[in-house]
Order: sequence, then structure tokens, then C-alpha cells
Amino acid sequence: MSVDAHRDDTGARMGMWLFLFSELLLFGGLFVLYAVTLSTHGEAFAAAGRELNWVLGTINTLVLLTSSLTAAIALSAVQKGNSALALRCLWGTLALALCFLVIKYVEWSSKIHHGLYPGGAQLAERPEGQMAFFNLYYVTTGLHGLHVLIGGALLGWVVLKIRQGGVHRSNFVLLENSVLYWHLVDLIWIFIFPLYYLML
Amino acid sequence: MNSAQSEVNTNFLQTPRKGLGSWIFSTDHKRIGILYLCSVLSFFLVGIALGLALRLELFSPGPTIVSAQTYNSLFTLHGVIMIFLFIIPGIPAILGNILLPLQLGAKDVSFPRLNLLSWWLYMTGAALALLSLFGGSGPPDTGWTFYVPFSAITTTNVSLAATAAFVLGFSSILTGLNFLTTIHRLRTPYMSWTQMPLFIWSLYATAWVQVLATPILGITLLLVVLERSLGLGLFDPGKGGDPLLFQHLFWIYSHPAVYIMILPGMGVISEIIPVFTRKHIFGYKAIVFSTLAIAFAGSLVWGHHMFASGMSDTAVFVFSLLTFIVAIPSAIKVFNWVATMYKGSVTLAPPMLFALSFIFLFSVGGLTGLVLGAPGPDIHVHDTHFVVGHFHYTMFGGTGFALFAALHFWLPKVFGRMYNHRVATGAWLILFTGFNILYGSMMIVGMQGMPRRYYDYLPEFTLGNQIATAGSWLLAVGILLMFGNLLRGCLRGEPVGDNPWGAATLEWTTSSPPPLENFIDEPEVTRGPYDFKGVNIS
Repeated sequence: MSVDAHRDDTGARMGMWLFLFSELLLFGGLFVLYAVTLSTHGEAFAAAGRELNWVLGTINTLVLLTSSLTAAIALSAVQKGNSALALRCLWGTLALALCFLVIKYVEWSSKIHHGLYPGGAQLAERPEGQMAFFNLYYVTTGLHGLHVLIGGALLGWVVLKIRQGGVHRSNFVLLENSVLYWHLVDLIWIFIFPLYYLML
Repeated sequence: MNSAQSEVNTNFLQTPRKGLGSWIFSTDHKRIGILYLCSVLSFFLVGIALGLALRLELFSPGPTIVSAQTYNSLFTLHGVIMIFLFIIPGIPAILGNILLPLQLGAKDVSFPRLNLLSWWLYMTGAALALLSLFGGSGPPDTGWTFYVPFSAITTTNVSLAATAAFVLGFSSILTGLNFLTTIHRLRTPYMSWTQMPLFIWSLYATAWVQVLATPILGITLLLVVLERSLGLGLFDPGKGGDPLLFQHLFWIYSHPAVYIMILPGMGVISEIIPVFTRKHIFGYKAIVFSTLAIAFAGSLVWGHHMFASGMSDTAVFVFSLLTFIVAIPSAIKVFNWVATMYKGSVTLAPPMLFALSFIFLFSVGGLTGLVLGAPGPDIHVHDTHFVVGHFHYTMFGGTGFALFAALHFWLPKVFGRMYNHRVATGAWLILFTGFNILYGSMMIVGMQGMPRRYYDYLPEFTLGNQIATAGSWLLAVGILLMFGNLLRGCLRGEPVGDNPWGAATLEWTTSSPPPLENFIDEPEVTRGPYDFKGVNIS
């Protein structure tokens, strides 16, 4: 190839941060809807919020925070040249991500079982504020779950790269960016959890 | 010279690899720019055809050529194609891609593969938009704004069109992110922030709006699609939602989007005016500041689209005030362009003619915008043809003419060939005349009370509509003549030198067409972007 190999880790990080800004604003739209609906349907909205299982929510928060910790350790390990530890930590992150999704699945299916889902018969009989709460709950946690899947896929790809030797102590920006993305997934949950499970 | 070096030095149009694959899988920013040029302008022609059909339908009251339902689909598709496929990607994706690395003295953008992905996403979105024309139960009929509740209940292909806009938005975000990183990281070390050409500054401000505003449109359209497919109901008052929230979220993106459209156009004008005046741009820093101010303040004015939708008086007052504030930086630019020309040695070459008509048309569009920004008069002209006329003066008279100016200015650089100047001037005259007849009459019938998006009208509006439709034919003739001349110029025109206009920015220091890696030797910044002392036409 005639084109010089170009590498700019700072640029790659900057690009990732800009992408994370756009992700924040994607969820921002949903948080705006939350704020407005809470102010228009305060009591009914809050009543629906109290039906969520805060125990499962808390466990999921711990699971996701721990997964972020292992991801951060994986990055430090690669920077120090310890690929074996990094791989173990990333597998840990992926296992915790799976755990998060399983718990989410349990939560969703118990609600769906009771007919509480968009367009569901049970939900249609509830007051408007409660309908709005559950609709918003499904969209927000659903979109977040989708991001868990994307972030997991990204980290899985990095695992492959580390094993092939493409990511190592002097070239780790791919891992760093994937971990940044994973922290974003974590960060958004840190806002979803109190707003939906604790505050109402 | 070894073979690898000579490959770098040949011009980018003639790499050893040939065929379609060497274009649609190329990561060269110049080739991607030309891909956008071909695709964006093709959709522009489709949009024009739809617009001509709309005007023909309005030639006489009552049914003329199409049914009312078809008319609704026509204006929806005209809007979706012109907004999402033409004006938003127009200048940034075509000329931004080609010029950004050249003006910065860089070899390419920061993320060339992401750049190619953006084009593929653009084509995917475009394919989905065209697909929504066929199949299902007919093309979407909601207008390009997809307002609920109608968009949630109509049986036409709204979900497909909304998905198309979502994908196009993703393409736009990736382009913005790429440009921002490129400007920060790949600017030649010899160029400081205040030595950057103003076109780059305009792309910089635009890119921030693209990155920060587009996701809001994404989530809004996603919610409409979910409302249609799952019965979600976040915009349905029967389910605790609120249709006004859709309008807020939609305009939180779509008003800043008009600055995504106009800012790069203003950047183009800031490049062209000094070159054909042989004078340094007046108030470089004021233009930079006003560019950033428009991007910032323009993100806070979305409520002025909703004066008739129902908002508190306080909100109406605040949004109106902020709207008027945006007029200040816009006017600063206009005054600076005019001041640049003062006592200059003005040459009326084709790019300059388009640039000058930009100033006139954009001023008309901007001043009629003040009528709409004031809540009192807005209530009277809301949803009339006056709004349509105003919008086309700013977007088509503004961004459209800036794009035409830019094509006349930079295509000789890209292809190394010059179009016919006399034909270009003639095409400009026809286009400019047709434009004013068309949209001027629209504003007048709008003031008289003709509503927008109506397929039928009262007999007293007949004359105004007929004049407008006649103007649309003149406009179309001008555009076809202009594109024909440009196309012929690019392919078979007279070869020109590296700097046919005598401009001072970096892209003119390399050969025409530029070599594969833009500059054979590392470019040096020996002069400011508007310092014409000693610059010769070559």
C-alpha cells in the first residue's frame, strides 16, 4: 500500500468521547420525557415506580459496577503487559454483562406475565400516569439493554484481538475505547437506577 | 522515483485500480466526496422533480394532475429527500470531505474507514427512503416533520421513512465526529486556529451541532416507530403521553439542523468573497465568533416552531427573544461580507455571482424570518405559503446557492478542468430570476392567506400560484443548464492550472486534480488564508 500507516491514539480517544456525547444525548431525550411525565402525572407515575423490584435493581447495579471494575483492571493489565490477567478480567466483565441481562430478563418477564407491557391488556386498565411510567421504563431499559449487548460484543471482539496479539501494552487504544463505552453503559444505568427504582 | 512514490504522486482520479470498486470502497476523502457529489445531486434532481409536480398541481384550483392523497405523499417525499438527502449532507459531505484535509494541509480525515461507512449509511438511508415509496400501503403522507398523532395512526409507510431518517442521522453524526477530530488532530502544525480558513470554522461549528443534536432526532423517530409497531404511546394522551413532547423533541434537533444546513454555506461565502474582491476578509474573528454563536444560540430557539401549538406565554416570550438574538450573528456575517467588498477589485466570475445572490436571498430569508420569530405576526402567517417561501429563501437561496457557488469555485480544482463561463452566467441569471418569481409569489399568496400543504385553494389565489408555477419551470431550466455545464466542464472542459482564481488557501497550492495524498511535499503555511499579496493566477 502506498498510504502511510497512520496512528493517532489521542485522535481515536477524542472520536470515542464525541461518540459518547452523542450517546448521552440519545438517552437525554428519554430523560426529558421522564421529567415532563413525572411533573404532569406525579402521583400515578410514582405509584407505578414503586412496583418495580428494587432488590433486583440493586443487584443489577452491583453487577454492572463490578463489571466496570473488571474492565478497568483489564485495561491496566494490558498497559502493564499482563495479557493473561486482562483476558481473565474481560471474561469476567462479559460474564457479569450476561448476568445483568438475565436479571433484566427475569424482571421484564415477571412484569410482562402480569400483562404490564406496552399495548398489554392489564396496562391499558391502569391510570394514564402508570401507563406512561411503564412505557418509558420499557423503552429506557430496553435501549440500555441494547447498549449492554453492543458493549459486550465490542469487548468480545477486543478479547479476540488480545489473543491474536493485536492489542498489547504499546497499542491498547481499541481496548481503552471499548472500556470507555462500557463505562458509559454503566454510567447511564447509574442514572436509570435511582430515577426508576429508588426515587419514586 | 520508485513505483510506490509515483503512485502517491499521480492524481487521485487516476489510481492504478479501476472500476466501480475503486470508488465505492475507497477510503480516500476526495473520492468519498465525489461519491457524495454524485449521490446527493442525484437525489436533488429527484427532489426537484417532486417539487415541480407539486407546483404543477397548484397551477389551478381543484384537482390538476394528482389526487389529494398523492399530493400529500409528494410534499412529504419532497421534504424528506430535500432535507435529509440533499441539504443536510450537501455542503459538509461533498465539499467538506474534499476540502477539509486539503485546507488543513492533511493527507486525509482522521478516520477514513468511518468516512466510507458514513457514505454507505447515507446510501442505506436513501435506499430505505426510496423503498418507502413502494409496497406497504403507499408512500408516507405526514409531511417531512412526521408530526404525531397522525404519523402514529396513518397506514402509510411512515415507519420505513422514519427508519431511513434515523440511519441518515447516524451517517451525519459519524461525519461530524470525524471532522471534529480531524480539525483538532490533523491540522498542519504550521497552522494556528486563527489561520484556519473560515470554511473550516463553519464545518467545525456544524460538526458540533451534528454530533450533539442529531441523537435527539434519532430517539424521537425511534419512539414514533415503537408507537406504531408496539403501541407504546409516549406521545398519546390516552396513554399518559403528550403529542406536544414530540414537537419539542423533534424541533430540538430540527431547528439546529437548519444551522447544520446554513453554516457551511456561510463558510463557502466567506471563502469566495475575498478571492473575487482581492481583499482580506473583513472581521475574521467576528465571523468566527458569529459562527460559533449561531451554532450555540441556534440550539436554544426550537420553540418558535410551536407558537401556534400551545405553550405558556413565558415560553413564547423566551423563544421569541432568543430567535431575535440569532439574527445578530447572522447580520454580523452579512455586514462583514459587504464590508469586505468595499473598495475591493470585484470580479463577477460565476462563483462570485452565486455568492452575491446568496447574500441577497439569504437576507430576504433572514428578514422574513423575523416576521415569523415575532409571535404576533406568526399567528397570522403560521402554516401559510409565506413560511414555505421564507424557508426556501433561506435554505435554497442560502444553502442551495452557496452549494452552487462552491461547485463553480472548487470543481475546477477537483477535476483540473474549467466549465464554460458564459453558459454558467446565463444559467445563474435564469436560476436567480426563476427563484425569485417562484418563492416571491409564494410569500405573497401566503400573506394573502393561502395555507401550506393544501392541494386545493380558493380562486383568488389562482394568479399568484400560476406565476409561482411558471417560476418553477424557469428555475428548473436554470438548474439543468447549470448542472449540464458543470458536468461538461468536469469531463471535457479546458484544462486549468493549480490556482485559476488566485486564491490563498492551502488547497490551491497543490496540483489540480490533487495527488493521492494531497501534497507531494509537506505544505507550509506562509500566508494567511485571505492574504492575496503576491498570489498569482496559475
